[in-house]
Amino acid sequence: MKANRGEWVKIYNIVLTSEERAPQVPDDTRKVPLESWVKGFIQSDAEIGQFVEVVTITGRRVEGELVEINPAYTHNYGKFVPELLQIGIQARSILAGGDVHE
Amino acid sequence: MSKDMSYQGLMARRNEIMKQAVGIDYSIFESGSIAFDYEKMMRETGYTLEEMQKIQGDTGVGNTPVLELKNLTALARKVAPKGKGARIFIKDEASNPSGSFKARRAANAVYHAKKLGYKGVIAATSGNYGAAVASQAAMHGLKCIIVQECYDSKGVGQPEIIEKARKCEAYGAEVVQLTVGPELFYTFLKLLEETGYFNASLYTPFGIAGVETLGYELAIQFREKIGRDPDVVVCTNAGGGNLTGTARGLIKAGAESVNVVGASVNLQGLHMASDEQFNKKSFTTGHTGFGMPFSTWPDRSDVPRSAARPLRYMDRYVTVSQGEVFYMTEILAQLEGLERGPAGNTSLAAAFSIAQELNEDQIIVVQETEYTGAGKHIQAQLSFARENGIEIRFGNPEEEVPGQNIILPNHPSLIKARDFDMDKIRKSYIKNCLEIRGIEKISDADMDFLVQETKSSYDFVKESLAERNIQL
Repeated sequence: MKANRGEWVKIYNIVLTSEERAPQVPDDTRKVPLESWVKGFIQSDAEIGQFVEVVTITGRRVEGELVEINPAYTHNYGKFVPELLQIGIQARSILAGGDVHE
Repeated sequence: MSKDMSYQGLMARRNEIMKQAVGIDYSIFESGSIAFDYEKMMRETGYTLEEMQKIQGDTGVGNTPVLELKNLTALARKVAPKGKGARIFIKDEASNPSGSFKARRAANAVYHAKKLGYKGVIAATSGNYGAAVASQAAMHGLKCIIVQECYDSKGVGQPEIIEKARKCEAYGAEVVQLTVGPELFYTFLKLLEETGYFNASLYTPFGIAGVETLGYELAIQFREKIGRDPDVVVCTNAGGGNLTGTARGLIKAGAESVNVVGASVNLQGLHMASDEQFNKKSFTTGHTGFGMPFSTWPDRSDVPRSAARPLRYMDRYVTVSQGEVFYMTEILAQLEGLERGPAGNTSLAAAFSIAQELNEDQIIVVQETEYTGAGKHIQAQLSFARENGIEIRFGNPEEEVPGQNIILPNHPSLIKARDFDMDKIRKSYIKNCLEIRGIEKISDADMDFLVQETKSSYDFVKESLAERNIQL
């Protein structure tokens, strides 16, 4: 996939390698690098995976690996959780029903 | 000469960068020992209540409605001992411009940044505060960068945090997303140094004072509506600013007899900086992983002296489980027609339980709500938990083990606010004061400071110090 100059893209960087991480991080976190993602307008034509420069919405120039073109929001409401249905049904029946004082 | 950009190199410039980025010289409030002049800091660097009401009002922040949750109260009375079950009210902070009470903190911080001539603002936050700062920056025409801890090392993002990123970008902000780790602070400092923008920290005097309007408003609204102050106000507690600001506002309104309760979601056993555990939790704020460390050592924040000092104002501190908060979030929608939260409903779950300790003529208030939507919603959160191997089932919330399961209460009578031992928390704070600052001798000023900081007594502090062989 190719991004054309001026397109809105997402880039990736390793901020700190595993060795460079802060002394206080727990062991499982130390095993992996600190990574970052930033979005901006790409400054040259490039393929996914290439090292590029972007200008972010605040005007910062940032370099990094091109990972996505026109990055989309894909978060949603997830898979349906049927247990939730029971909560309202029970609460309404308690309200409608008799005394349940202990 | 190029600057040292290594972790250690940048951290060594921390104080210098912060002074530039906050515009406060904190050293003038210091005594050189444990004590510092908190009230002087709040007075000289904050704003008066009237000024804040004006600043917030000009951007549509504040004056949120107070709603009585009559059906929820009725449900509590069904399961409470006879004659018990206080009236439960909620302050609908979700109706602020950015969808949460954080708009109050951001309004002041961004106003202040603009007044001082900064071109932009930066905040390190994965929560509602980011959206609040971005929204305010949009209104004031300032640039805005939000730094988030968002993904684990497999690139899986917390849906709630991804939603916050979307919201920040919707307001025109730049969002820098990171994987798990406390070095978020490193990236944050690097951006402050690079841009010269204002640090819209959650913990500055203007940020915390921004919440005072909430407590003040609340007291006034109750006097108008009911003719008296509420008995109990419950605040979801993480970094401590919500509780601190609300309590200070109540005091400014003269509502000093109100019992202030902090509530956090119990995430005991989960390490907040752990890559593997990052997506095992279903709450990114309002939990004990922030609430406890920030209560027992508030000065761990991104400014030298935090203006959020919850132990000064907290009468009681309780926890609820993740399952209880999800349950109450569903109940709020089903019985009251309000889709909010879930994180902001932590105090609601606690209030439902505490209401049952109080008489029917008493009043308990949940002082905030937050917006919900894709990523944040309970469907999204529970579905994400299930995908991450968390067992979700009905049962007794006592059986919940954070990171392993989420237990939805089998019956509303099982929802219980569980008390922390306040004296233990107070002693833990005193211990941190002594150990972190390396103190062996205590002055009279330190003594008075510790009494205020822990909302305790001279005798209590004296006894705590004696246990640690500290000389007076």
